[in-house]
Amino acid sequence: MNLNELTIHELSGRLAKKEIAAADLARDVVARTEAVEPRLHAFLEWNGGELLAAARDVDERRARGEAMGPLAGIPVGIKDVLNVKGHTCRCGSKILQGYVAPYDATVIAKLRAAGAIPFGRLNMDEFAMGSSTENSAFGVTRNPWDLERIPGGSSGGSAAAVAASETPATLGSDTGGSIRQPASLCGVVGLKPTYGRVSRFGLVAFASSLDQIGPFAKDVTDAALVLGAISGKDPNDSTSVPEPVPDYTKALTGDVKGMKLGLPKEYFIPGMDKEVEAAARAAVDRLSSLGAEIVDISLPHTDYGLAVYYIIATAEASANLARFDGVRYGSRAKDAKDPIDMYGRTRGAGFGPEVTRRIILGTYVLSSGYYDAYYLRAQKVRTLIRRDFMEAFQKCDAIVTPTTPSAAFKIGEKAEDPLTMYLSDIFTVNVNLAGICGVSVPCGFTKQPKLPIGLQVLGKPFGEETILKVAHAYEQATDWRKARPAI
Amino acid sequence: MAEGATGDLAAMEYEICIGLETHVQVKTRTKVFCACPTEFGAEPNSNVCPVCLGYPGSLPVINEEAIRKTVLAGMLVGAKIARYSKFDRKNYFYPDMPKNYQISQYDLPLVIGGTVEYDFGIVDKKRLGETKVCHLTRIHLEEDVGKNFHFERTSGVDFNRAGTPLMEIVSEPDLSSSDEAFAYLTALKEILIYGGISDCDMEKGQVRCDVNISVRPKGQKELGQKVEIKNMNTFSGVRHAIDYESQRQIETLRRGGKLVQETRRWDDVAGVTESMRTKEHAHDYRYFPEPDLLPVSLSEEWLAEVRKLVPELPSAKRKRMVERYGIPLYDAGVLSADAALADYFEAAAKASKNPKSVANWICNDLLRDLAEAKLAIGQSPVKPPHIAELVELVDSGRISSKIAKDVFVEMFKTGKAPAAIVAEKGWVQVSDTGAIGKFCDEVIAANPKIVADFKAGKEVALNALTGQVMKLSKGKANPQAVRDALRAKLTG
Repeated sequence: MNLNELTIHELSGRLAKKEIAAADLARDVVARTEAVEPRLHAFLEWNGGELLAAARDVDERRARGEAMGPLAGIPVGIKDVLNVKGHTCRCGSKILQGYVAPYDATVIAKLRAAGAIPFGRLNMDEFAMGSSTENSAFGVTRNPWDLERIPGGSSGGSAAAVAASETPATLGSDTGGSIRQPASLCGVVGLKPTYGRVSRFGLVAFASSLDQIGPFAKDVTDAALVLGAISGKDPNDSTSVPEPVPDYTKALTGDVKGMKLGLPKEYFIPGMDKEVEAAARAAVDRLSSLGAEIVDISLPHTDYGLAVYYIIATAEASANLARFDGVRYGSRAKDAKDPIDMYGRTRGAGFGPEVTRRIILGTYVLSSGYYDAYYLRAQKVRTLIRRDFMEAFQKCDAIVTPTTPSAAFKIGEKAEDPLTMYLSDIFTVNVNLAGICGVSVPCGFTKQPKLPIGLQVLGKPFGEETILKVAHAYEQATDWRKARPAI
Repeated sequence: MAEGATGDLAAMEYEICIGLETHVQVKTRTKVFCACPTEFGAEPNSNVCPVCLGYPGSLPVINEEAIRKTVLAGMLVGAKIARYSKFDRKNYFYPDMPKNYQISQYDLPLVIGGTVEYDFGIVDKKRLGETKVCHLTRIHLEEDVGKNFHFERTSGVDFNRAGTPLMEIVSEPDLSSSDEAFAYLTALKEILIYGGISDCDMEKGQVRCDVNISVRPKGQKELGQKVEIKNMNTFSGVRHAIDYESQRQIETLRRGGKLVQETRRWDDVAGVTESMRTKEHAHDYRYFPEPDLLPVSLSEEWLAEVRKLVPELPSAKRKRMVERYGIPLYDAGVLSADAALADYFEAAAKASKNPKSVANWICNDLLRDLAEAKLAIGQSPVKPPHIAELVELVDSGRISSKIAKDVFVEMFKTGKAPAAIVAEKGWVQVSDTGAIGKFCDEVIAANPKIVADFKAGKEVALNALTGQVMKLSKGKANPQAVRDALRAKLTG
């Protein structure tokens, strides 16, 4: 078996015992990446030589007897939305052509401190706006289970790279489901932390009050390891929270006896894929058989989530993306006659249609005369959505739902219909609006074709240990994680 | 004093309403949302980082010192300090704006209300002590932008200033003339310098003003159509712009014309305001709460700490000085203009039975010599107890006021105590009647004509004779004793 096939916890044991070197792992990662990328296109770019050099450095440090954590020497793929010093950071957009990050995002600095090696630039929907990676300016990423299908998005590259065993883990960002949805569609574990758990410093903002960085991994244990490494209060991010960071792997006891798991009736809707619904219900049964108590709950404002999300997220995005103007970095249109003309030409040529659509929408909802009816109202409903969850958590320890209403769709199938596309986030957006945490863990496959299905486990703020415990217990009781795509 | 619209006949029928939005650079070591220095005059784009350049992924972190100074400013103007406030994004595109939105405060500013008392003495010495109060609407904290430079074929932006903390002090439309606006600005500046909140260095662009101005027929309740004049960086510019603009508005109304709500620019060279944009083209700033910063909650303990930093304000100090020390308002104004000078005076006045004379010595002799020597009050070679001692020497008759002037020159030169100088130089005043009598006899004998004048009833002739005696005594004779002795000899 090639080393790239292994999980972090398998690798770190063998690395610690010096049975293998980080350089061996790096070589296998590069070989695998080279082999699958022409078909997969998870990475926008990667540098094998740089990875190898960094891995050798870790090996030398280990040889010198330096204390090494479980992530030492592990290549971690990085979504193109995170600043890595000296590397491009285009956010899947033409407008950031030529921009080279002058600093490391806090999560990158933390990964480095843990000995992990940031690797490559993973494809994504432009500025994290999309659910399929079809909105990348640099070509679509394909689903490793079916190359005709999308991997989900916006962190499609991050999900596909783990599913295809290019790197053991990757980082993505989740604003309305951009980690959990592609994790579900690619059959890997993806976790969106509680808002404030992980520093956003260095994450190119889409919607500042919703964005969180989180891990993709082959299994729950690996996700717990990476989450532990990137979490914590950051003086550079005022919205990060000084909540202690536990060793998340300690919560992975496999024991869910007596835990109360809420099943929200609003998450099993007519029109959802029958196989997906069946898989989710079977997963709930499995958890019940493991000793968890299943409680029926209601999240009455669920239906408003998508509308609220597309107001708040676009409003914030319209301001966040205003800085891409050609003045200081990135691409700049030539032959402009004045600054306004330069903005228009630069942004017109640099942004794709979905980003343009959302900037216009966001600008509109903030405009004088519309602010109260849209933005302010949306913020009020957001409070109600959060309250739904908080009340539900009075009755249960975690909530279980399907991650997406259907499995991966075909490339181009929904590209022309933004509203249908938006619906693929219907089970994930409210989690961001509420600021709580959620993880998607594989819970089966559709039959024909064989496509992964994900179970979403949601927890209260800073309840990552709880959701990891539930996801892990379920994972260990099933064999889904062992399935590998044929690519 | 320039005679503008306020002096015109037309102004008799109209009333001018002026409100000022004053942007003041808050004195902090680092910028408001990052750790870059706020130093002035550095190489272009040398004091910058990903945060103040608005690089992708960067986030602002609030500088507590900027909050503290803004709150202190609020306390100095007797305003309400908001226990809960927040930041908002103000959206507009301009090349000097790194993020194309400015982090500012919209509906929940740090400071609400307050007043600034101003004295008309600043525009007309005769009106010293005549004061008025301008109400403030609010004070909020925001970030400054960069600076555009235009070269022959290209333009450049220097972002060193971007992210410098700015306080925006918004006044009510309480001001009714350019004089009042000028006096208000002067008083405001004095307060901010006093509190250590800003250096208010106009040369460095640390104070910039937007003027809101409207006119209405006298007696009308509603305000007239408001015109905003943008971004003036001198107080005299504000004054001239108000004079021009109020006159323009009044003339327009008198001609039966209509005023439109608009933003105008002051052209300092041409001395006119010109339209920039009308209401239809007004910016929609699309304010919304800044999601990257937490709302600001100020605890009672934190506010108590800031309250300890509140100094006595110049206007209050002036009043107290007049009442406590019996000094003229004018002197109190001079002495309170600088906190260190006021402290110097009070130290000397407290050590003296004659604070009025102390104030005199400081305002006239000391300040003159300090200015000549280019010294600050803190560097004065003459210390406060020495001034008190000098006054005491004169008042007790030990030295004459004339000699005192020479003593002061020595004090300034050497830093020695006045009594020591007097002893050293043998400048003690002669009050001994025997010695004085001798001098008097000499002078009477030498000036028969003046003596005759006096005897003929010319009282002033006594002054001339006294002068002669003083001269003879080399200034050491006590002038009153001399007068008494002369009178006794000539009338006795």
